[in-house]
Amino acid sequence: MELDSAGDIIALTPEPIDTPGIVRRLVRARVGAVATFEGVVRDNLHGRRTRHLDYEAYEPMALKMLRRVAAEMRANHPDLDRLALIHRLGRLQLSETSVLVVATSPHRATAFDACRFGIDRIKTLVPIWKHEHFEDGDVWVEGVRPTLDL
Amino acid sequence: MKADRVLLNILVFGQCRALVGADVAPVMVVVPTTAASALDAVCDQYPQLAPLRSSLLVAVNEDYARAETPINAGDEVAVFPPIAGG
Repeated sequence: MELDSAGDIIALTPEPIDTPGIVRRLVRARVGAVATFEGVVRDNLHGRRTRHLDYEAYEPMALKMLRRVAAEMRANHPDLDRLALIHRLGRLQLSETSVLVVATSPHRATAFDACRFGIDRIKTLVPIWKHEHFEDGDVWVEGVRPTLDL
Repeated sequence: MKADRVLLNILVFGQCRALVGADVAPVMVVVPTTAASALDAVCDQYPQLAPLRSSLLVAVNEDYARAETPINAGDEVAVFPPIAGG
């Protein structure tokens, strides 16, 4: 995964997400705070036991929307330093990381706020779908409709 | 612009892809058209999608479309269910 021209890492990946490695690459001298959010695969959906998940994306649009989320994070938080928005694709086992948001900044308030904003926007904007496989069947997880005031 | 009947190769994702059984759902439409009309056409030509019609989303050139968003020949059009990343 490469840093883009803003020094950010924005990616979709079939490989496991290396959160400490990503954080190490983002942090530079001016940074005093790093907030990370990881979504991980839970062992149940409404009480039904999950075996594994398959994620798929409309990849070019998903990357475009991840870049839009990054731009919004920066617009809302001018002192935000580098950030990472990474979503895993393909088959994930229980407790694996499906999504990573990293926000770095000189001070903690911006890091926390931007990180929370980032994951919330990913969930309402990025075209990714989740097919959940149980011990006794499967379901396409019910999603959300993006707000279209874009 | 002159109206033309064209084959629109609609990209389908998630449950729509599973129901169509392919990554692309070709539909005949008259262009220029709109996102709502393209969605009607795909649900008409792939009736297995029709029960989902009211929840489906359309993207045109990798941006979310509104009902009235125009579609012309050569545009990239995708149809998919509500999103569930994270």
